[in-house]
This record gives sequence, structure tokens and C-alpha cells, in this order.
Amino acid sequence: MRGKRVSGAERNRQGMEDKLLQGRPDVLVEVDRDRAGGGLRTEEMLVNMGPQHPSTHGVLRLMLRIDGELVLECTPHIGYLHRCAEKIGENVTPVQFIPITDRLDYLAAMINNHGYSLAVEKLLGMEVPERGRYIRVIMSELNRIASHLVSFGAYGLDMGAFTPFVYAFREREYILDLFEQVCGARLTYSYLSIGGATQDLPEGFPERLAQFLDYFEPKIAEYNNLLSFNQIFVKRTAGVGVISAADAIAWGLTGPCLRGSGVKWDLRKCVPYDIYDRFEFDIPVGLPGGVGGAPREAVVGDSWNRYYVRILEMQQSVRILRQCLQQLPSGDFRAKVPRVLKLPAKETYLEVEGGRGQVGYLVVGDGKAVPRRVKIRGPSFCNLSIASHVCRNVLIADIAAIIGSIDVVMGEVDR
Amino acid sequence: MNKFSAEDALRPRFTAAHKALALRGFVIAGVALLAAAVGFGFVAGVAQGVGYAAAVGGVVLAGLTGACCLLAAFVIRFAALVGRVLLTLALPIFLGGVVGIVVLAWIPALLYERVDGIKADHPGAAVSVAQFEAALTGNAAAARGPAYLAALALWPLQFQLTRDVLAVVGVVGFVSLVAMFGIWWERKVAGRMQSRLGPMRVGGWHGWAQSLADGLKLLQKEDIFIAGADRALFRLAPYVAFIPAMCLFIALPFSAAWVARDLEVGLIFIFAMLGVGVLGVLLAGWASNNKWSMLGAMREACQMISYEIPLGFALLVPIMTLGTLRLTAIGEAQSGGFHTWLAFANPFTFIAAIVFFVATLASCKRAPFDLPEAESELVAGYLTEYSGFRWALFFFAEYAEMFAVAALASVLFFGAWYSPLPASWGAAWADGPLWQRAVHGVLYSGPIWFVLKGFFFFFVQLWLRWTLPRIRLDQVMYACVQVLLPLTMVALLGNTLWLWLVRPGAWLAVAVNLILTAIGGLTVVAMAAIVLYGYLNRRRLVGTMAVDPLPGG
Repeated sequence: MRGKRVSGAERNRQGMEDKLLQGRPDVLVEVDRDRAGGGLRTEEMLVNMGPQHPSTHGVLRLMLRIDGELVLECTPHIGYLHRCAEKIGENVTPVQFIPITDRLDYLAAMINNHGYSLAVEKLLGMEVPERGRYIRVIMSELNRIASHLVSFGAYGLDMGAFTPFVYAFREREYILDLFEQVCGARLTYSYLSIGGATQDLPEGFPERLAQFLDYFEPKIAEYNNLLSFNQIFVKRTAGVGVISAADAIAWGLTGPCLRGSGVKWDLRKCVPYDIYDRFEFDIPVGLPGGVGGAPREAVVGDSWNRYYVRILEMQQSVRILRQCLQQLPSGDFRAKVPRVLKLPAKETYLEVEGGRGQVGYLVVGDGKAVPRRVKIRGPSFCNLSIASHVCRNVLIADIAAIIGSIDVVMGEVDR
Repeated sequence: MNKFSAEDALRPRFTAAHKALALRGFVIAGVALLAAAVGFGFVAGVAQGVGYAAAVGGVVLAGLTGACCLLAAFVIRFAALVGRVLLTLALPIFLGGVVGIVVLAWIPALLYERVDGIKADHPGAAVSVAQFEAALTGNAAAARGPAYLAALALWPLQFQLTRDVLAVVGVVGFVSLVAMFGIWWERKVAGRMQSRLGPMRVGGWHGWAQSLADGLKLLQKEDIFIAGADRALFRLAPYVAFIPAMCLFIALPFSAAWVARDLEVGLIFIFAMLGVGVLGVLLAGWASNNKWSMLGAMREACQMISYEIPLGFALLVPIMTLGTLRLTAIGEAQSGGFHTWLAFANPFTFIAAIVFFVATLASCKRAPFDLPEAESELVAGYLTEYSGFRWALFFFAEYAEMFAVAALASVLFFGAWYSPLPASWGAAWADGPLWQRAVHGVLYSGPIWFVLKGFFFFFVQLWLRWTLPRIRLDQVMYACVQVLLPLTMVALLGNTLWLWLVRPGAWLAVAVNLILTAIGGLTVVAMAAIVLYGYLNRRRLVGTMAVDPLPGG
């Protein structure tokens, strides 16, 4: 005898209830909302956005509770890219750990190298030669541009514009070419290491960098013409996913997400590390509508401002790079690093301004070559935590706009 | 043991026996189907009404499938030869295809005009071959030569059955060519706009055979059904989307004479077919048993009820101005050159033309209105669970629809199949010596201009697709209902007043014409100045282009 026939949709729903909700009956309820006086009977639906989805930027999984196009609740689920980076850090020496830091925020690997090296050097009390410091800043800022380019292009893609993505990758390609020249790698560089850089800059590198900067700077105007001030783009992003400054601080947001909310906080300026106090640059922050070229619809802390802060930061990075090129000294690119580094029994924590926010490294030594504990603060992890707060009572299309503007890299979230 | 080796993987899956079997099967099926087509033809000769339509359908279906079977048999038998020919003659075949699109539209038009002329001179049920020959040579007692063969070839064209079969075959062929060319062209255009090359490999010259290769690949794909999918509807949906897209071309006039069915209500028919196509999307979304698909279908439904209203109102403007729904009549009214085009008749028809174009973008699900398949939001929307040839059918339907609405825009507002050159300029050459008539024929040929204009608006669709981001659903509804709809109402009202006040001979008409001429002239000058300014300042406006030497390359 065959039992009651259950339709595919029904089966699907039951399966989802069992598997995903683990007996939480309050999540899936049939509601009878009195919308617009119509008394329209609607049914809520649970949708899995990710881990395989074009606009979740990797393996982020968002569980959406939706009513038609309206998202009532958005719960991020993470852990699909967990590779035990911190545990590895407790089993290898700092120099061996550098390649693992590449794979955290893989779009800004140089900055990760930079941060971890600085943390270990602080623990060791090591001094880095001047040239090495400049090389580090050049690489970090160049990588910041590359990282923001990916963010800019992918955000266009999230908004349905394919062309900016290709333009962004065209320019990023040149940066990757430059990186390839200094270290042979195009994504995971391991170029900046304890004591400085692993190699000196190749011959003619400053000239090529200057050439790139001359080429790149006018391109930013092109991006603005194409995407930033496009009326449709503005309508899609301005006023969407507004994060107030108080919320941003409360949730521990850093980087462009924090500055987009109008908080003028950039570690490079506010708590200068390395040699950032030698350069002149501004901290771009979110703009209210109609101020400083922002469109009328813009609100401080909305998706458009988070996006636009990145565009402005690229300009500031170009400024820093030009100053670096002027000041670049000759000399050693790396300090004398002993073959075996004995880490003193101390604890050190250091944060640098990464592509997505403050990348923090806690390194605890106990007199051996291998650290006792390594803890990494991934800015994307903290930034992502606000998603469930912001993605509420928005449309499905806004989810792409908000998550894209928060700009997470899952390698850094899951570590 | 059963050890896997690379040789196993490389061994052809189809043996010689399979090949022989397939060859025999295709030949038998092809011959049988062609015979059936002839049988249907006899039935169509005597049938009336619905029976006639069914029989014509039978002729076309059996004939086309039969021909395809024989073609397949030919390809199987001479696979190596076909491959070699395709590769060596890549460029001529490609150019031939492009020319074919035009010729496919042009030749039948000329033939039909000729045949209709001959029929009109000989009142009677059927015209004999001899009468055809006489008409072609101008001599009743002509010697049997080329004229006889031409008469023999033209003779069947006087019957409705032959014309219907030809029309359907022509529509199917034209739509296939347009879709394949359109997909390839879109990829090339996208490539150029993104400073890359687009397809460059398949077929040799600029990847001309890319669509062909993609089609073959899709044909071979596994036929996937989703667990819990509604199988019947899942199978049905692509056809429900595809067939209306084909039907659009039945009422579309390629020229005054070359239209498969010159319907009294052609405009309504096309409007209806555009609406029916949406049903396929809804079915696909519902039958897929996928939440993303269903959301896509819901969006399509939502979008349709938004854009159909301004689309309908925009159509009312030419209907009101010309007082007809017949597309050929609408075309004929714009025969005098670009200044007689409806879009330029008055400011309100221009507004209607713009609104119409925007609304058709939404009806084709093209950017910025591509919400039902919005990749970054709904994975692939209603297409999420489709693969293989079912998916290809949706694609075919989309490109066919794109060309159809582009062509419709030119029929309604931009002079239909008439040349933009003023007709009076070419009038003298129409009766001149042969070379003058030839030049006139090309410059003023209906189908050529029709196809060119269609592809121009098609290009504008591609251009927008690769430039603009996507609009949000509530913004689509806002734009359609709150912006486009009032705009069309203004256009309708304004057009009414215009027709009443500025009718020919009224004193206002002279003044208005002068003002309009001045505005038009100023616009042309301003546009030229903008283009020149943009060109001269291109470095400052958009930065250096990628053709510069790459730093660090």
C-alpha cells in the first residue's frame, strides 16, 4: 500500500524543517498578515543562499527566511573554509607560518604577511632596515589597491553590471604582474617575512610602479563614470543597509565598513604602525547625501558609502605609493635574522589596517622556536557579524547589495 | 582485475556498428517523413479551416524533421568531409550566413511581388506555367529556355499552401539564424566593450562557429530531471516559451509583400504572443521544484503586469495616429524617408517610441530588467534547473524575441522596412537604366533595411546589457507604473491634441514645423558637438585605454 502522496515541495519543506531548524518551530510559521488592508494570506519560505551562490563571494551560506521577495531574517552560517590556520600557527615556526597567512585574506596576502611579521618582530624586539620597511608599505598599499579593485568589480557584478568587473581585473592584472616580478607569485606571495622582505626589489621596479600609478589614477574617474554615479547603481545601493556609527562600533566593524559609517578611524593614521606616520594621506569616510560629490540619495553608513570609501581609498593608496617612491632609500631589505628564532616567553598583539579592516595577530611565545599560541583577528568575521542585524526587512536583491558592500573574504572569516 | 586505463577512456563510445545503425535509421526516417510531408500536402490541398492549418503544420513538421534526418545521415556518412569543409570554408560559410539572413528576407519578397503581379493580370483560379512564362518573357510563344524553368519554379508560389510552407520554413530558418548570430554577436560586442576579444577559437575567423558548437554541446548533455519536479510541465515549459517567440515572426512584415500572414490585427497578435511567452517562464519556475526558480517566475509575473500597461499605452499612439492595427499599413504610412517616420512625427510619438523600447527591454528580460534570471540574486532564476537543449530553447526564444521587438520598434516608429533616405531622392532612379535601378534596389530595398534596423535596435539592447546594473524589483514596478505609464498617458493625450490642432493645412502646423525643424537641427548640431568633445577629450574622460603598453608587462 502506498501512503499519502507528498508533493515535492512539501517533502522539501519537511526535510528542511528537520535538517536546518533542528526542531525550532518558531522559524517556519504560516502567517496571516494584514498587509495593505488586503488580508492577503502569505506563507514564509526558507531559502539557502549559498554556500554555492554567485553573490556570496565564496562559501558563505546565508539562511534567508523570506516572505515573497521580502527577507525577514538572514542568518549567516560559516565554517565551510575552515583550515585550522591558528592551530597550524602553533606547530610551525613564524617563518613557516607566513605562507598560511597568505591564505587568510587571499585578496590582500601582502598585508597579512606584513601584519604577522610585525607582530613577531614586536615579540622579538627586532629592527627592520629602512628599505625593507618601505618595500613593505609599497607592497601593502599595492595589494590594498588590488584588493579594493576586486571588491569594486565584484560589487558591480552583484548589482548586475558585468563590465566593471572586467575593467577592475584588467588593472589588477598589472598589479599582479608587478608582484610576480618581485616574488614570482600572483596570489599567495609570502614575500614580506620576518625581518623585512624575502628579496630585494628587482631592477627597474620603481619605474614600472610609477608607470602603473600614472596609468591607474585616471582609471578611477572611469570607474566613477561607469558605476559609482550610475543612477541605477545609486538607486540600488544608496540608503540600503544603513549601519549607524554606533552600531558599527558596537559590532566591531573595521576598515571601509566602519569608515563608510562616518567614523574617521584608520590604523595607519590613528595608531600609525611601521612607517605610516611619514606619509601624507586622508581618511575617506562616508558622506551624507549631496555632500562632497555624493548623490542625493546617499546616507552615511549605507552600501553606497561603504563602496565609495574603497574607491577613495584607492586614490589615497596611490598617494602613499608616490611618496614611497620618492623616499625609497637604498640599503638592506632585510634584517639579519638568525636561522632559529627563539620566541621569548611573552605575549604580543598587533593590528594592521588590512584590505577589509583591522587584521590582528596575537602571538604568544614560550622560549621555543614555535609559538605557544597564535590567534588571528579576521576583520571579515567581525564585519560579517552585522549581516543578520542589517539584512532584515530588505528585499532579496538588497542582500546582494549589503553582503557585497561588507565585502567578506571567507578565507579570513573561517581561518 | 578491472583496471582503468587511459585507453578505455579514449576509446570511442560509438562503434562502427552504432554508426551504421544510426545511418540506416536516419535515412529511413528521413525518406518516410518526407513522404509523409507530401501526403500532408495533398490533404492540405482539399482541407478547409482548421484541417488546412493542421495539414500545413504536418507538411512543415514532417518536411523539416525529414530534411534534418537526411542531413544527419549525410553528416554521419561524411563526417570527416563535413568537418574539413566546415573548417576550411569557415569564413565564406559565416559571411554566407550573414548574407543569407538578408537574402532569406529579400528574395521571397521579390518573388511574391512578381507572382502577385502575374496573378493579377490573369484573373482565374490558377495560372498555368505557360502564362507565367509569357509574363516573364513578355511573349506568349516563347521558346522553352531559362524562362520556362523560371516559370516552372514560380508556378507553385501562386498557391496559399506553398506560400505557407515557405513562410514557416523561412521563419524557422530566419529565427535560427538570428538567434545563432545574435548569441555570437552579443559575445563579441560584450568582449569589445570589456576590452577583450570574445570567442576567437571555434571555426577559425573570430570564433564564428561558437553558437554552433555550443548548440551541439547542449544537444549532447544529459537530460536531467529534478527530484520532485513536475515532469510534464518541466518538459512543456521550453516549448511554451519558444513557440510564441516563433509566432511573433508570422505577423512581422519584412516588406510590404513579404509577410507570412498580413493580419488585420497584427499588432494585437504580436502583443498577445509576447504575453504568452511569459507563461513558459512561469511554468518553468513552478515545475522546477526549486525555490530560486519559483522566485524568478514570481518576479517575471510581477514584472509583466508592470511593463504590459505602458507597453500597451505606447502602442496606442501609433494606432491612434494611423488608425490601423495592420502592421503593413503602419509601415506604408512611413514610406517617405526618415522625416515621415512616426517617431519624428511629433514630440509625443517620440516619447511613445522611447517608452515602447524600454518596455520591450523588460518584456525580453534584458538588462537592466533581467530580474527573472538575475544571476547575482537568484542563481539563474527560472533557468536554474534547466540544462541541455531545454535550456537552449529558452535562449533561442529570448534572442528571437529580442530581434522581434527590435524589428517591431522599427515597424511602428522608425519607418518599418523603408530606407531612411527620402523616397523622393531615389524616385528618378527607380525607372532609370539598369545600374541605376540596381543601386536604387539596394539603397531602398525593404527587407535589407528591415533587417538592418532590427539589428541596430538589437545592438542597442546588447549595449545596455553590458553597461547598466540591474534594477531592483520594486524599482521596476515604480518605473513602469509611476514613470512610464504617466509618460505614455501624456504622450497619448498630447498626440490627440496634436492630431487635432496641427492637422495639415492648419496655421499652427506651419509654425510648429518651423520650430520642430529648428529643434531638430540644433539637436543634430549639439549631438555632433558632444561626440566631437568626447572624442577629443577621451583620455581625460575615460582615462587611457588598454592598448597602451602595459606597465610591468
